[in-house]
Amino acid sequence: MKILIKNGRVIDPGNSINDILDVYIKDNLVEKIGKNLREKGNEDHIIDASGHIVAPGLIDTHAHLREPGYEYKETIATGTMAAARGGFTSIVCMANTDPVNDNKSVTEYIIKKAGLEGYCRVFPCGAITKGLRGEELSEIGEMFEAGIVAVSDDGKSVRNSEVLRKAFEYTKIFNIPVISHCEDHDLSKGYVHEGSVSLLTGLDAVPSIAEELIVNRDIVIAEYVGSHIHLTHISTAGSVDIIANAKKRYQRVTSDTCPHYFTLTDEATLGFDTNTKVNPPLRSKKDVEAIKEGLKNGTIDIIATDHAPHDMTSKDVEYNLASSGISGFETALSLSLSLVHGGVLSIEELIKKFTINPARLLNLPYGEIKEGKTADIIVFNPYMEWVVDKNAFYSKGKNTPFHGWRLKGKNLLTIVDGRIVYRDTHFK
Amino acid sequence: MDWIRKDLLGIKGLSKEEILFILETAESFKEISLREIKKVPTLRGKTIITLFYEPSTRTRTSFEIAAKRLSADTINISASTSSYVKGETLKDTAKNLESMKPDVIVIRHSMPGAPHMLAGLVDSSVVNGGDGAHEHPTQALLDLFTIKEKKGRVDGLKIVIIGDIIHSRVARSNILALRHFDTDVVCCGPPTMIPPKLEELGVRVEYNMNRAVEDADVIMMLRIQKERGGVSYIPSIREYSTIYGLKATHLERAKKDVIIMHPGPINRGVEITDEVADGPYSVILDQVENGVAVRMGILYLLTGRVS
Repeated sequence: MKILIKNGRVIDPGNSINDILDVYIKDNLVEKIGKNLREKGNEDHIIDASGHIVAPGLIDTHAHLREPGYEYKETIATGTMAAARGGFTSIVCMANTDPVNDNKSVTEYIIKKAGLEGYCRVFPCGAITKGLRGEELSEIGEMFEAGIVAVSDDGKSVRNSEVLRKAFEYTKIFNIPVISHCEDHDLSKGYVHEGSVSLLTGLDAVPSIAEELIVNRDIVIAEYVGSHIHLTHISTAGSVDIIANAKKRYQRVTSDTCPHYFTLTDEATLGFDTNTKVNPPLRSKKDVEAIKEGLKNGTIDIIATDHAPHDMTSKDVEYNLASSGISGFETALSLSLSLVHGGVLSIEELIKKFTINPARLLNLPYGEIKEGKTADIIVFNPYMEWVVDKNAFYSKGKNTPFHGWRLKGKNLLTIVDGRIVYRDTHFK
Repeated sequence: MDWIRKDLLGIKGLSKEEILFILETAESFKEISLREIKKVPTLRGKTIITLFYEPSTRTRTSFEIAAKRLSADTINISASTSSYVKGETLKDTAKNLESMKPDVIVIRHSMPGAPHMLAGLVDSSVVNGGDGAHEHPTQALLDLFTIKEKKGRVDGLKIVIIGDIIHSRVARSNILALRHFDTDVVCCGPPTMIPPKLEELGVRVEYNMNRAVEDADVIMMLRIQKERGGVSYIPSIREYSTIYGLKATHLERAKKDVIIMHPGPINRGVEITDEVADGPYSVILDQVENGVAVRMGILYLLTGRVS
């Protein structure tokens, strides 16, 4: 397969490229990048990208594909299709499936299934502890051999600090990061952020300190044993502060946040819409501002989706009973582009947080456009407006608080391994 | 003025005019309960369902009596006798009830927002009869009615709310209602039972009971919400009642004509002594009486709304 992408603005922060260039893809590799590349006449596709941005395929460090076990919420096929539509070419799927991905059989199953049915690359994240119970380490070595790129007990924190310490030590053998979901178990008996809004709704609430205590604890442990820590879905001003301070003295700390944490405040929960129920919860205005500041000053390195699809039965219930999570693949890039339109980040900075930064965290050979390297590439328009329609989602999860929102910026084309896996109907 | 709302889900969002309009309407219904034949044909042909997922004596009975005195047909569904125990979701229950064309559904639920969800699913009017720690609008309205009746005014009063504020839908709804008036509202209780940022609602917070009741015109007592885990917020009921139980000595610090209110059910000897609950300052049973009039007013307005 030969694809020529012409006249697009190629932005690849990993190689400091930002220029109008053509990209020639042959088989699964980028063969040539240059000005006015000549058509050879035997291209399978010639893409006119003028007026659009050509970027490395996005990498999501945090998603839930629900398979195995919850195929009624999402499958590897539907999840990766949604990811491709959103511009993702590589995604990391969390371990809270059924059975839990805490052993190599499950890891192998996911990788095999993704190879057969996936529209993009899938990298499993193994469980830190068996059954996500927080008691004994999973067989991280065997899972690493099978293909995991990180470990996490995402969904909860490892409550036992000694077990967590061992995880930080043990993962040194494989040089993979521990991804920390930060939530103090005892302080987290609630569904929304504790503050001015929970005061009005009367919903049981979770204070910011529930996250901040564990952000602090996990950094302290990682630093003590000298391991890499990646803090995921950071949502509070206090967490941003703690991470910024830690980064001054310790190099191996990275973090991510998700689009909903810089787009929505807890005021969205006032109407009891269960699509606003997410863990960690939507925070206050002050927190949202701090998250943006953290993205701007580099405290937060990565934007992840925390794509958490659910069936409607899990959401069409009382707020307390509803499952947590937002179906995020298909809105993440567009929502994040508002950071560029709003002057928080430059377009290069934004792309960096979606490409080379996550690639470096996970030691993946992707996230850049380079001659001789794999062709995982997207074409998107940062200004094109569209209206979010949950019913048009490729994901089985229609659970989004952004239904009906008019967003600016849209992914138009996704190429994985030199193959076009998604093309917007409006992009000819 | 005309009533245009389909539902009464909370005090939040109601204007002062709407609140006063409900109270005026209730006023005109109060006399009916004093007649020998306590029934008028106003709501003949209307069907009112009470759907209670949480136990209740006062609220449910009060709604039922209010509806019956207006000649509406009433049906009571409680969690223990409903398909809820068979695993039916609120959504399915709502859709099924809707098919039987009720005019009003009064819902009580342990979870905040359940009435809002129901209101979005049915064409019938929905009245929030208490949802978790969120709101209990008809209680706040009957409290306001009682305060007005006893004091002749609401403006200029010092109103003290004492107890398990964090779990109290009654406190929330009352605070939101009293905000519309020129009142000095003081919330008092152990700090563990005072939600963060409570002052943002325009109230003062006082941990010391003696200071709180100083010159109070109205003292509103709340019970500990055991069903919402209230007991774990204090070391013991005994210690709580020592520090935050309302006793006769407190009344000496309040205004001479102070009134003592309680939404019920009262826990005698915990938040209030017998002496105070049954004493001359107590208007606890007047609240219950007024509850019927207020609910008659609300049912009347909702069923006769201008659409």
